[in-house]
Amino acid sequence: MKKSPVKIKELEASERIKGFEEVVLGYNEEEAALEASRCLQCKNPTCIEGCPVGIDIKTFIYQITQKDYRGAYLTIRQKNNFPSLCGRVCPAEYQCRRACVLTKKGSPYASEQAINIHFLERFIGDYGIKEGIEVGSQDEARFSKMKIAVVGSGPAGLCCAGELARKGVKVVIFEGLHQSGGVLRYGIPPLRLPRDILDVEINYLEKLGVKIIPNFIIGKTKTLDDLLKDGYRAVFLGLGAGIPSFLKVPGENLCNIYSANEFLTRVNLMQAYKFPRFHTPVSIGKHIIIIGGGNTAMDSARVALRLQKMNGIQPDTTIVYRRTEIEMPARRLEIEHAKEEGIKFKFLVKPLEFIGDESGFVSKMRLLECELAEPDESGRRRPVDIPGSDFAISCDMAVIAVGLQANQILTKVTPQLKTDKYGDVVVDPDTMETSIKGVFAGGDIVGGEGTVIEAMGMSKKAACAMLDYVVRQ
Amino acid sequence: MKVISKKILSSTKDSKVTLLEVLSPEISQKALPGQFVVLMVAKEGERIPLTVVSSDKQKGSITIIFQEIGLTTRLLGRLNTGDYLYSIVGPLGHATEVKNYGKVILVGGGVGIAEIYPVARALKEAGNQITSILGARNKGLLILEEELKGVSDECLIVTDDGSSGRKGFTTDILGELLKKDKYALVYAVGPIPMMQKVAQVTADFSVKTTVSLNALMVDATGMCGCCRVSVGGQTKFSCVDGPEFEANLVDWNELIKRNRIYSEQEKHICQLRLK
Repeated sequence: MKKSPVKIKELEASERIKGFEEVVLGYNEEEAALEASRCLQCKNPTCIEGCPVGIDIKTFIYQITQKDYRGAYLTIRQKNNFPSLCGRVCPAEYQCRRACVLTKKGSPYASEQAINIHFLERFIGDYGIKEGIEVGSQDEARFSKMKIAVVGSGPAGLCCAGELARKGVKVVIFEGLHQSGGVLRYGIPPLRLPRDILDVEINYLEKLGVKIIPNFIIGKTKTLDDLLKDGYRAVFLGLGAGIPSFLKVPGENLCNIYSANEFLTRVNLMQAYKFPRFHTPVSIGKHIIIIGGGNTAMDSARVALRLQKMNGIQPDTTIVYRRTEIEMPARRLEIEHAKEEGIKFKFLVKPLEFIGDESGFVSKMRLLECELAEPDESGRRRPVDIPGSDFAISCDMAVIAVGLQANQILTKVTPQLKTDKYGDVVVDPDTMETSIKGVFAGGDIVGGEGTVIEAMGMSKKAACAMLDYVVRQ
Repeated sequence: MKVISKKILSSTKDSKVTLLEVLSPEISQKALPGQFVVLMVAKEGERIPLTVVSSDKQKGSITIIFQEIGLTTRLLGRLNTGDYLYSIVGPLGHATEVKNYGKVILVGGGVGIAEIYPVARALKEAGNQITSILGARNKGLLILEEELKGVSDECLIVTDDGSSGRKGFTTDILGELLKKDKYALVYAVGPIPMMQKVAQVTADFSVKTTVSLNALMVDATGMCGCCRVSVGGQTKFSCVDGPEFEANLVDWNELIKRNRIYSEQEKHICQLRLK
């Protein structure tokens, strides 16, 4: 008889919406062993191909079945410096788990039967943290006098810095904000990624000798040229997709209409949920509308609903999306969590305009119904308008989570850095080297919005090429 | 991030304007007129933008001037020489386009006088003929009068109550000057109603009019869109597209409303924290 997947323990929805505690509690040893025992140990493990950084999934799962957790940790760490982080935020159902043989062929995301690889990775990552397992660096003398600069301390920058530091390179990360972590800190809320986990993963880099300089914007505080003149042998750009897209509908600049970036930054980075102990305010509506269908929309909705609950407002947060649930790019788990928490969903609608009151605050939103036509270039069915179907709903706060564009602070002042029509940095796909010699790039600044682990995949590739480059110089 | 000098520029019972000189070697090397920094007073603080009034490359310091209005500026005002800011980043925003325009009028209202000072100095050095109009509610609130006189060919003072210079508003004088003579540029910084009025006055004379906006900001690097303003019907981010814009294109009413989003919270936190 096929064993059923081991369910993960979670905080009860009615409890968890009272705060920002982590929702998924993780496997214990027994559960991890049981889940690992479901792995078929395929001769040709397809899951590994599904992992952007190529973790030896088969081996680490086998090691769990043998209770060799230390070994499993070291196996993962060969390819991934941040298992506790990736085990939490990787969209595994679109990556390794979708590639698992237990997923039905042709399924758009992993079947329930697929091995819960991400939960196992998280279990092992957390074990490593708890046991304080140190993964030694493989200092190579030829790298010891070399200095490389990394711009941005988000997933791409952290990963690249880790790869380089492990070889003995002196790495300095320049971060524009006052805290490190990039989107992991300002974007992803603690209910998905507790801050102590993030801090441990970043501290590990500092133990490797990586220096992180906050409040330092390359392109403003110093230019790329300055860095190269300062003796950095190579530079990695992990600039991120920092610019929020808006809907370009009337009324969008009314008060209490936020980009997801602003809303989440206020709450996550600036800790506005602790106002007035923390000084940054955030508005909390009675009827909150979130526009979008990705992870950022789910995060925004779940944060918004918690703010309502924490402030004694009857939760009323609705996600509006122009396609249907199946086309939502968000992680399935997050969609489920959002539903459990009482987030409402309105599918097949698109925003037409926001209507304000006399003080300039949003009070209503007009929407238009849509239906799905044939698939577009994204492979998802295209929403088309249903003329005359418009209607209005109450909305005293809105969060727009419809995507991001390239951060242009650096590229705008660096004309020799080639960009494409989206403002993304153009790289050689084999080395991730940009049009400037010795300057490499990875993450969302290359090819637009992706996932944390995709950013890490690019960064690893870049790190290899950078080591190669500095040796050749 | 260390405060190396402090000077109270004006202090009355309901208003206080303070100058801080802060060590920040990198920013001091790069800061140009028109640019700003974002700072935090404490770990739990807000990020607020403030114009770089001057920078000293040798000392590695920059100077900021602020009026105590909300919690953050009041906490900032409590810092003394030797204290540290929690964070400071910059220089941000576009620098003023400094070139020889010819005859230029600079209008500064209240603490906005501090913001026109670096621009006046740079434009003077570029060979412009500078007329400054400095306005304040009363004599006690007037700042940097000597400094502006030093970089202006003509410096006109106006106060609401007539306690210094003429009685009236900066825009009264501005209108008179524009009627009498032709100017290539008007550059204005001050309270929003003043900048709005400047835009109305100069519209009749088709003179290029630039204002530096004080929209609310969070990251100030284009990431959040908190500072968005409508300019000529298009949404712009003050932090990366500005802070300077063509005055006649700015949707002032929208800016006034957006700058009031958190006025209730601000009142609340000030009452709570400043008792």
